[in-house]
Amino acid sequence: MKNLTGLDKLPVGMTGKIKYMTESSNNRRRLLDLGLTQNSIIRNERLSPSGNPIAYNIRGAIMALRVEDTKNIIIELIN
Amino acid sequence: MENKDSLSNIENLIYNGKDIGDGIVSSIYERAEKIYKEVVTNDTNNNNIESKLDNILTSKLFGYPIMILLLGIIFFITIQGANIPSEILSNLFFKIEDKLTYLFLNIFNAPDWIHGFFILGIYRTLAWVVSVMLPPMAIFFPLFTLLEDLGYLPRIAFNLDNAFRKSGTQGKQALTMSMGFGCNAAGIISTRIIDSPRERLIAIITNNFVPCNGRFPILIAISMIFLGVLSDNFSSLISTISVIIIILLGIIVTLLVSKLLSSTILKGVPSSFALELPPYRKPQIGKILIRSLLDRTLFVLSRAILIAAPAGGITWLVANITIGDATLLSILAGFLDPFGSLLGMDGMILLGFILGLPANEIVLPLIIMGYMSEGAMIEYENLSSLRTLLVDNGWTIITALNVMIFSLLHFPCGTTLLTIKKETKKWRWVVFTFLLTTCIAVGVTFITNLIYNLIF
Amino acid sequence: MGLTNQSSGISLIRKKFNIEDNNKIVLALAGNPNTGKSTLFNHLTGLNQHTGNWPGKTVDNAQGFFTHNDKEYLIVDLPGIYSLLAKSKDEELARDFICFGSPEVTIVITDATCLERNLNLAIQVLEITNKVIICLNLMDEAERKGIKIDIKKLEKNLGVPVIPIIAREGIGVNKLLNAINDMVEEKIKLNPLRLKYDEFIEKTIKNIEKKLDNILDENFNKRWIALRLIDSDKSILKSINTILSNE
Repeated sequence: MKNLTGLDKLPVGMTGKIKYMTESSNNRRRLLDLGLTQNSIIRNERLSPSGNPIAYNIRGAIMALRVEDTKNIIIELIN
Repeated sequence: MENKDSLSNIENLIYNGKDIGDGIVSSIYERAEKIYKEVVTNDTNNNNIESKLDNILTSKLFGYPIMILLLGIIFFITIQGANIPSEILSNLFFKIEDKLTYLFLNIFNAPDWIHGFFILGIYRTLAWVVSVMLPPMAIFFPLFTLLEDLGYLPRIAFNLDNAFRKSGTQGKQALTMSMGFGCNAAGIISTRIIDSPRERLIAIITNNFVPCNGRFPILIAISMIFLGVLSDNFSSLISTISVIIIILLGIIVTLLVSKLLSSTILKGVPSSFALELPPYRKPQIGKILIRSLLDRTLFVLSRAILIAAPAGGITWLVANITIGDATLLSILAGFLDPFGSLLGMDGMILLGFILGLPANEIVLPLIIMGYMSEGAMIEYENLSSLRTLLVDNGWTIITALNVMIFSLLHFPCGTTLLTIKKETKKWRWVVFTFLLTTCIAVGVTFITNLIYNLIF
Repeated sequence: MGLTNQSSGISLIRKKFNIEDNNKIVLALAGNPNTGKSTLFNHLTGLNQHTGNWPGKTVDNAQGFFTHNDKEYLIVDLPGIYSLLAKSKDEELARDFICFGSPEVTIVITDATCLERNLNLAIQVLEITNKVIICLNLMDEAERKGIKIDIKKLEKNLGVPVIPIIAREGIGVNKLLNAINDMVEEKIKLNPLRLKYDEFIEKTIKNIEKKLDNILDENFNKRWIALRLIDSDKSILKSINTILSNE
């Protein structure tokens, strides 16, 4: 069984591969437009001081996203 | 072609499937990725320094203290550095004034009121505004622009997003607040980066709670006069700390009011938030200096001068037109006095804030002019002469504190109000912002005065 | 110029951007937020819009003028966007201008340090119009970070000119101006990238395109509009309506 988890559970410094999104509506498109498409690689760069939002490396850009938005993005952990 | 028909024809073609939309975006990104891999070679590990810098600047332990420290350093340099040029400028201006007075009275034989209106009213207010405002602005703006060009502002938004999220809004509001330090009108225009109309409106209404450049002089001057005197050696430091505390108070009020608005009349859940943290870039010092001096400093200064000149003249008239035994100014101030003292201030101070509606820069000059028995401003020799004047007019520590708080929280200046109209397209929000900020300013100063009177 | 002035619908879109002067060559400047669009805009026009290192700094769409090689240009600085798929006001604005405002050349400015994400927008623009020049900005930052970009290969992939620049120092801007000039004079052979989608999407596009042929004239890029329609993009209808009702 592969290691599937919400993006918000991706530990700092770790990398994951996006499998699917359970998010619907406009939010979904917004995240897609930023490059969070299926099979793209995403890395947790760092947490903000309070732990939310979290900064991710998406296709070479650092984007800060909130836990509320990322928990609906399902990823596969990569070692 | 029949347009209506053709349009409904098109409408029928709209496909309603989520997967196909996803497929389109994915295809585009997959191609982007393919091209990227083909044309870009990357010996990474070169941006380690940046990454380490970010790890510190946004860390749990240092993220917030560094923010406050940086703000503190900027204000310290501003306050410390502005002292001497301010004095040089005011000496220069008053030497010129002596010459002008001689010219008016002895050469042109101008009547007293002409001399009073133009020299004691307009010229002195201008001299005050320029000598008090120009040096801090010429220091503050380049420093702030430096932070902006480096790329630090998005980190502030990153650090503060959680606090704003809890208030029902988002971290980009921190960016717009930062712009408000320069000028609230500019801050309000910058709220366009916030997509959600609800959150944008909250950011517009609360932007006034960051003191703009027009209000720093009053905060700095009063903190130097009443708190800086506590210690000769550390006066700049003490007044820096008190300005920082006032700013923190402004941020707290921003968060509370945002929370209040988003749980009452502007109800809603926080929208999704995506903020890019761009790489740090080497700032171009020369360009920053020129740009911030020309674009920002001179812009703000010229605006202040345009408003200060007529306001100075009018105030001189109000202070010299007498009805019965009293001047118009003292009648107006006397009328506001009972209310002012409820707030730990006096009628003249409130009048200063009201007459300063066109531009906050002139509030302190107006109050001072009002206090002078002859109805014109004193020569700005140094802060201690100012202190004497204020204390003689009954100022205590609570007066100073409440003037600072009132300045922080009270109604926005005329330009800002017009900008709110322009951005929201509705007078309703202008009136609402005006009333809300005024009520908060009155409420807070009333309470601090009450507490002070109960204790002392 | 020529075709662009004929359709009053187009001039209406232009009017929305306050472009009244039809004697100048209209350029559009598009790009992701914080890629140096305003810096380049300032450099070209000599205007002094303040720039800063944060996304979304330019909130107003600004326009300016400049002359190069005896040609007069009007350049529109569009708001920074990640995509043209129009889910926000800014995206709609930029999309409408590129698609219906008929700029002679659309300059897509990209951040060389973050090319992958930036190419997303570039590819989308290439789906709308052929006359595109890609600017690779921040080449100095890219070099500092050890990022090397094969310009020739990128050009071959995208099928349009790619000009590396350092906007804040003005390096490469002359090359860009010459490329704009050549494109306006139609001296450049273009072979713009047109993305092929999967079979199902392509079939749907073809179907809708055929139907659109009966509704819209040749001034419209029907493949692209079809693509927007199957992406259930309703805002495109509003824009088309504006144009149709003024023809």
